[in-house]
Amino acid sequence: MERDDLIVNDSYPLNAHHSEEEGVKIRKNIIFVTVLLTVITAVEVAMGVIFKRDETFSWEMIKWTFVTLTLVKAGYIVMSFMHLGEERSVMKKTILIPYLVFIVYLVFIAITEGFGHLYNLTNFH
Amino acid sequence: MSGHSNDNVSSEELWGGGRSPYGISYGKMYMWFFLVSDALTFSGLLTAYGFSRAASEDAWPIGEQVFRALPGLEGQYPLVYVALMTFILIVSSVTMVLAVEAGHRNDKRGVVRWMLATIIGGVFFLGSQAWEWSHFIHGGGGSFLLATEVTITADNGKEYVLPVGEPIFMDHHFGEIAEAYSNGDASVNLHEHHGHVTLTQYGEHTHEAELHQLTIHKYIEDEQVISGDDIYALWEARSESFTFGANMHENEYATQQSYANFFFFITGFHGFHVFSGVVINFIIFIMAYRGVFERRKHYEMVEKVGLYWHFIDLVWVFVFTFYYLI
Repeated sequence: MERDDLIVNDSYPLNAHHSEEEGVKIRKNIIFVTVLLTVITAVEVAMGVIFKRDETFSWEMIKWTFVTLTLVKAGYIVMSFMHLGEERSVMKKTILIPYLVFIVYLVFIAITEGFGHLYNLTNFH
Repeated sequence: MSGHSNDNVSSEELWGGGRSPYGISYGKMYMWFFLVSDALTFSGLLTAYGFSRAASEDAWPIGEQVFRALPGLEGQYPLVYVALMTFILIVSSVTMVLAVEAGHRNDKRGVVRWMLATIIGGVFFLGSQAWEWSHFIHGGGGSFLLATEVTITADNGKEYVLPVGEPIFMDHHFGEIAEAYSNGDASVNLHEHHGHVTLTQYGEHTHEAELHQLTIHKYIEDEQVISGDDIYALWEARSESFTFGANMHENEYATQQSYANFFFFITGFHGFHVFSGVVINFIIFIMAYRGVFERRKHYEMVEKVGLYWHFIDLVWVFVFTFYYLI
């Protein structure tokens, strides 16, 4: 049965083939990313166990290290595993920019306005 | 790979109609749009979690203390089990990307094999999560709240004033009998003798547990050990009710119920994504096995479910950091 929902022309290769040699290269990259993700996770757990959680400067640094490492992991998953790195740049922007705008706004509003209910609002009447 | 076939087309021609400016099929594009909206949902949940934690005045429990058990083993292994779950999910993400790669070579056997491996990984993750939920719900040793203020001295000489309502965590062995004791089980007797607290349960087999260890949040943070006299003082200052495990109304890990509620909601919502992902993967596995994609001459459906599956891994990476690690 011919499917009319699949427009197979040169606009986008649905049957994006690659050869056996290219496959070997791609698989090598997959294994590299796997090892990287595993090592980062192991390092994170080790850091969590080793360092104390007193409210000092060093724990703040470790927290930010966790966030940075997480963003590195997320970047590799999205760009390599989900192949977003190989999509056209307009596609990348269509996906990433709306998400980043919304989430930066959400975090900003939670940090700046979110604690309003904790203040004594009777002063404003 | 996709997206390279007409990189050299001028943008006027590209956007002038008759061509695909995004170089991507509608199915993949809408999977991406769905994932963006889903990512916003999870981001909202994690932001709400972070906000609740920042707004909380009481000590917030830390992942290394709450999640430190391994199935079938005694002792403490902070976050090892969660790290193992993360590893399982990463591996199943890898087998998924290998299935996609095999699809690009029209290698039916490869796709079927790697899809099967992905499904097995997903089922293992779901099983691990079920165990963790069970462990979280049944709890460690239980906790009680202080009815009066208690001042204790740590082994570093620092004094801590514990206010009324401070949660005190019991050791697992003691907590088991304490649960029966707090339920008013008449076979459990309490002995307090020379500063030693012992609970004995009489019956066909007599169980006895002595109070050796209590934990408080402030000590967890500073890694201090409570001395014997202070343990007794804390026990004496206990209020009537104990808390064991976690449910929708109370939890032994924190005074804030939002801690347990966020655990149930965030990991539950993610777990439901994993479950639906396994079901969708299974459907695609059957289709690949029956040669549907071989007749279609492309394996794009594998790419689409692959996107969803990688997204599940992506979300878990953030849950792992923001719920368990920080």
